[in-house]
Amino acid sequence: MKFTFDGRPYEARRGDTLAAALIRNGVHLMGRSFKYHRPRGVLAAGAEEPNALVEIDRGGARRTPNLRATVVEVFDGMVARSQNRTPSLRFDVGAVNDLLAPFLPPGFYYKTFMWPIGAWAKLYEPLIRRAAGLGRAPDLPDTDRYTQRFAHCDVLVIGAGPAGLAAAAEAAAAGMRVMLCDEQAEFGGSLLSDPAAAAGLHETLAALFANPRATMLCRTTAFGIYGDNLVGLAERVTDHLPDPDPALPRERLWQVRAKRIVVAAGAIERPLVFPGNDRPGIMLGDAARIFATRYGANPGRNAVVVTACDTGADVARDLAASGVRIARVIDLREGFRVTGTSGRLRVSFIGIERGGAREKIPCDLVAMCGGWTPSIHLYSQARGKPRFDAALGAFVPDTEVSNLICVGACAGDMPGAYRAGIAPVSSEGRAFVDFQNDVTAKDLELATREGFRSIEHVKRYTTTGMATDQGKTSNINALGIVAGALGATIPEIGLTTFRTPYTPVTFGTLAGHSRGDLFDPVRTTPMHQLAVAAGAVFEDVGTWKRARYFPRAAEDMHMAVARECRMVRDSVGMFDATTLGEIEVVGADAAEFMNRVYINAWTRLAPGRCRYGVMLGENGFVMDDGVVGRLAPDRFHVTTTTGGAARVLAAMEDYRQTEWPELRVWLTSVSEQWAVIAVQGPRAREALLPLVDGLDISAAVMPHMSVVEGTFLGIEMRLFRVSFSGEMGFEVNVPADYGHAAWEAISARVGACQGGLYGTEAMHVLRAEKGFIIVGQETDGTATPDDVGLAWAIGKAKPDFIGKRSLTRSGMSGPRRQLVGLRTDDPATVLEEGAQITATTDDNRPLGHVTSAYGGATVGHSIALAMIESGRDRLGATLQVRMPGRAIAVRVTAPVFYDPEGARLDA
Amino acid sequence: MDRFSLARLLRQGFSGHSGWGAQWRAPEAPLAAYDVVIVGGGGHGLATAYYLAREHNIRRVAVIERGWIGGGNTGRNTTIIRSNYLMPESAGLYDHSMKLWRTLSRELNYNVMYSPRGVMMLAHNVHDVQVSMRHIHANRLAGVDNEWLTPAQAKAFCPPLNIGGDLRYPVLGAALQRRGGTARHDAVAWGFARAASALGVDIIQNCAVTGLARDAAGAISGVETTRGNIATRKVGVVAAGHTSVVMGMAGVRLPLESYPLQALVSEPVKPAFPCVVMSNTIHAYISQSDKGEMVIGAGTDAYVSYSQTGGLHIATQTLDAICELVPQFRRLRMLRNWGGIVDLSPDRSPILSKTDVPGLYVNCGWGTGGFKATPGSGNLFAHTVAHDEPHPINAPFSLARFDTGRLIDEAAAAAVAH
Ligand SMILES: Cc1cc2nc3c(=O)[nH]c(=O)nc-3n(C[C@H](O)[C@H](O)[C@H](O)COP(=O)(O)OP(=O)(O)OC[C@H]3O[C@@H](n4cnc5c(N)ncnc54)[C@H](O)[C@@H]3O)c2cc1C
Repeated sequence: MKFTFDGRPYEARRGDTLAAALIRNGVHLMGRSFKYHRPRGVLAAGAEEPNALVEIDRGGARRTPNLRATVVEVFDGMVARSQNRTPSLRFDVGAVNDLLAPFLPPGFYYKTFMWPIGAWAKLYEPLIRRAAGLGRAPDLPDTDRYTQRFAHCDVLVIGAGPAGLAAAAEAAAAGMRVMLCDEQAEFGGSLLSDPAAAAGLHETLAALFANPRATMLCRTTAFGIYGDNLVGLAERVTDHLPDPDPALPRERLWQVRAKRIVVAAGAIERPLVFPGNDRPGIMLGDAARIFATRYGANPGRNAVVVTACDTGADVARDLAASGVRIARVIDLREGFRVTGTSGRLRVSFIGIERGGAREKIPCDLVAMCGGWTPSIHLYSQARGKPRFDAALGAFVPDTEVSNLICVGACAGDMPGAYRAGIAPVSSEGRAFVDFQNDVTAKDLELATREGFRSIEHVKRYTTTGMATDQGKTSNINALGIVAGALGATIPEIGLTTFRTPYTPVTFGTLAGHSRGDLFDPVRTTPMHQLAVAAGAVFEDVGTWKRARYFPRAAEDMHMAVARECRMVRDSVGMFDATTLGEIEVVGADAAEFMNRVYINAWTRLAPGRCRYGVMLGENGFVMDDGVVGRLAPDRFHVTTTTGGAARVLAAMEDYRQTEWPELRVWLTSVSEQWAVIAVQGPRAREALLPLVDGLDISAAVMPHMSVVEGTFLGIEMRLFRVSFSGEMGFEVNVPADYGHAAWEAISARVGACQGGLYGTEAMHVLRAEKGFIIVGQETDGTATPDDVGLAWAIGKAKPDFIGKRSLTRSGMSGPRRQLVGLRTDDPATVLEEGAQITATTDDNRPLGHVTSAYGGATVGHSIALAMIESGRDRLGATLQVRMPGRAIAVRVTAPVFYDPEGARLDA
Repeated sequence: MDRFSLARLLRQGFSGHSGWGAQWRAPEAPLAAYDVVIVGGGGHGLATAYYLAREHNIRRVAVIERGWIGGGNTGRNTTIIRSNYLMPESAGLYDHSMKLWRTLSRELNYNVMYSPRGVMMLAHNVHDVQVSMRHIHANRLAGVDNEWLTPAQAKAFCPPLNIGGDLRYPVLGAALQRRGGTARHDAVAWGFARAASALGVDIIQNCAVTGLARDAAGAISGVETTRGNIATRKVGVVAAGHTSVVMGMAGVRLPLESYPLQALVSEPVKPAFPCVVMSNTIHAYISQSDKGEMVIGAGTDAYVSYSQTGGLHIATQTLDAICELVPQFRRLRMLRNWGGIVDLSPDRSPILSKTDVPGLYVNCGWGTGGFKATPGSGNLFAHTVAHDEPHPINAPFSLARFDTGRLIDEAAAAAVAH
């Protein structure tokens, strides 16, 4: 396999990670650190890697920054690049920061850049921002796909090393549904670098793969545990393939609900803290061993092993077996101290000291064995409380977590050789603790001197543990240093929180299919296609698409709306009102329930009659409105606003179930069941008459605000005589499946009566001419019924209704903003919605604002509705609408501009 | 207090930084008595203590923090600062704060990195446009900057923003406050702590308030803490999501509900997002920190809770929205995800108020948006505590408004319409 790194071609073997391939090609310099741009090679061989971050470019939009070279699998033709350097990895001008390091201690930016005022954002911040950051964000919209799956299982095993495999095999043998995931490309964990284990591993895996009840997920990271054993898994599906099948997603999010979770996430080796411990060629002992044994990529020829525990000997043995010369094994427990290293782009010497005797040992590889830290991240996210195990020098699971166990190394279950305690630190010079963020032991000590004593403070002040590896290799060392500086024990210092995710998760994976039309379900009515065919322009209202207007040939919105309004006033118009919420309130106590929920009185509303209902929140402000028809003594057909449909039903259910469980009443959402077609205008009855199968819809039998059940061309129908336009009008409800047919039938009739379609914009104008409010436009959650002229609707004799008590509060009366109309001197001037109104142009105290403003299609002048302080006392007064650089004088009027007597409604 | 400056930084650089002392004093234990005890060492509590000492010369003040200062919402928030609120009372309150932000670094001698890079709030439907225009008109009249941008202007101001036709909810325009921006949250807490400590304020960490003592007349006489009792005649409670718990100790019930609110950051990348973008309709907001991380926030979880870990679905929904608005960020990766407990009042406006208990004052209800108010809130609350009377700017934000019904409802104004 061939690949390039920074433009140079290299060869790789199957199964190589990028880091392994580069090492085999003799490339040890792989990245630059965040702050000082120090040259860095790999520290680790897995997901905990802080240094070797690269960009993988698959062309076009498919460029990904900040990937760990130790995790990226090479495929044939891969293009990889280093980051955070200019112009090249070897010669990076950013390395000047390293020279300035004495002046850039932790938190240096809090102490300067304050002069002159405003210069931070203009001058200093842009410089800092450019220097910071790691890779480059992609600049084209991602073309890859991501999917999501939900799954359930009896046992989810996280980690497929020896402990995880054993758990999975046992659970599978017992007939349980098992899921086994591992972040690596292959199952086996530590067994993969142990040739002796290969046969056994093969056998175990074969059995698991053959078991239909086992789901095996490699390249899959369990990144977080959430409430009730919900585990998030991120699966990398195609990143390792040279030519991925376009049918496959790049990554897949699994949300797994597991009865039991077995965490077998292993342990991570700790680096040693000594001066110059960050040069390329200095790496974790286990990483050196993995590169040599598993990948056949010796990370050096001449190695020094520095160890604080017995695993150093194993590392030396395995490296030697792979052909690496072991120059020396330095056991820190024997009194040695590392005094420093040299080598610009790769380590060339390591200096040691014991009892005053100093020595410099030439080498090209330093393997650090600083002890092991169990990966308790997931345990801790699941609310487990770990305890400090001094022999191990790390935290291990302690308190029990229901339905979750930790096994193997992550449970602290490790052989004696691994038990190193926390290794001694040589903090003179620059001894790095957090490699990516360039935090040294001295930085941590300085932070404690500056009064940052809580580990969370130290972390935030120095940024230790806040890099993209989240401190997997650094946190315990940092704790040890801080504890030492404060003269406290590690348990006294405590741990920082293990936040999700364990390793970074792609945004796209979390978002999944949710883009464009799949971002939020698009709701359309049964008549939608007919509106499309009629040339409608749509608007988004909540999740609905609603026809806003129906332009003809050369019409703009203004012209189309004016025509639609005139049509309704002169003949008849039809309008799709299906999106309104509809709730059936049924039961012996239905009227009582309605009495409590709405401000109106319902007891005496006769079946067959409708009433305009107003609903308040507990705070006494208008929350929703709509026409309610009483179909029978125990049955109400309630309509709500489009946006309020779900909210109103939820509020009603909340009260029904928690406050008034004694009421015999049931609520059913029927918004999706009915298609609703409003037919409005002086010729509405004429248009409908032939369609309603002989039903008598004359004014005498079916007056304004009535409802009947009948049939529409043989189809079940609820017919309301209601009007939101100010004209005589009906609303035809037919089962949703018949909406399309009913629309076509009505459309033909309306056409025959010189009528046509109108949209939401004309609906708004017509209702505004009539002074009808729209909840959310005239009201904003601070309007009482009286404020918007609806005090008449309150059932005065009722003992209670939601919001009633709030209405008696002192501030609910007195000088409040009230609904009024506004007229401009020039009938053509249309005010701007939202514009503020003052008494005079000298006075900036707002009295209120314009809530609705239109050209006034049929009343011959522009109109506006407004909420104005004590508005009803100001009728006839002149006020000022304040616009940028000018004011428009307006006269306060009643809010009804059209047919104030309501004669047309009763026609 | 040792002054911070470039010159001193350089001098210390030559001497190995051995001369920096503790940024604030850490008294081992609280004194037996203080003039004022502030409960809660978040930004608001620390700012209150600072202004008490600085502007009202009340220096025997203790800030009692049960964990570490700034570890609550102050250190968990997405640091958006703006003042283009609708109601005149709110615009007054937040703009008071905005003016203090401008000079805060100098005032505290601590770089809080106030970065007025512009906050743009997107409108996605006709109703959003109406609401935005109402804000813009109201702000202009009140002298608060806020301007309308067309989609093309919004794109010019924030080039990574997607305004294309593939959006489920198109961008119909945006309201931009240029003075809006971000600041560094930790620096705000530490800067106030350092400046307050220098004026004599005692900052007591790892010390939880467990009780509020009242004398025979019912007035405050002291606080009980996990590190002993403290006598005081004045207590200011500034405990964000746990305010109702603390106030309950004095038998005061507050109209607050506590919800988890989550945020997340990406891995750091080079500058790729120049300003702050918020979308209330699709519930997401984003800015890029100086470190390079995309800082992303969401709406609150749906249920009340005191647990600082929220549900995974909130992160996924938030990233749905971010990937819609900035589709090139789909390949970025979430690095950290966390939550804080926010205290929501019925009208979503804060409470900065005296209470019926003499000597007991409360500053809470900042909910999802109080970071921006930190200096102003501390400044006004200090006035309220010192004078036993609210400042005219915070007078409307009294507890009494829930009795009278004179609410200051910011959220309602954005209510979803027909
Ligand atoms: C995820 C998230 C994002 C946010 N984004 C923004 C944003 O972009 N812009 C914005 O303006 N605002 C934002 N906010 C809101 C903002 O963070 C808060 O309004 C503000 O920080 C509150 O500050 P505070 O000092 O009142 O509270 P906190 O910082 O929470 O301080 C309260 C303190 O009280 C302490 N305490 C509690 N009980 C006790 C006790 N019994 N004894 C002693 N101490 C106690 C707590 O430990 C805590 O430290 C966000 C909040 C969250 C959670």
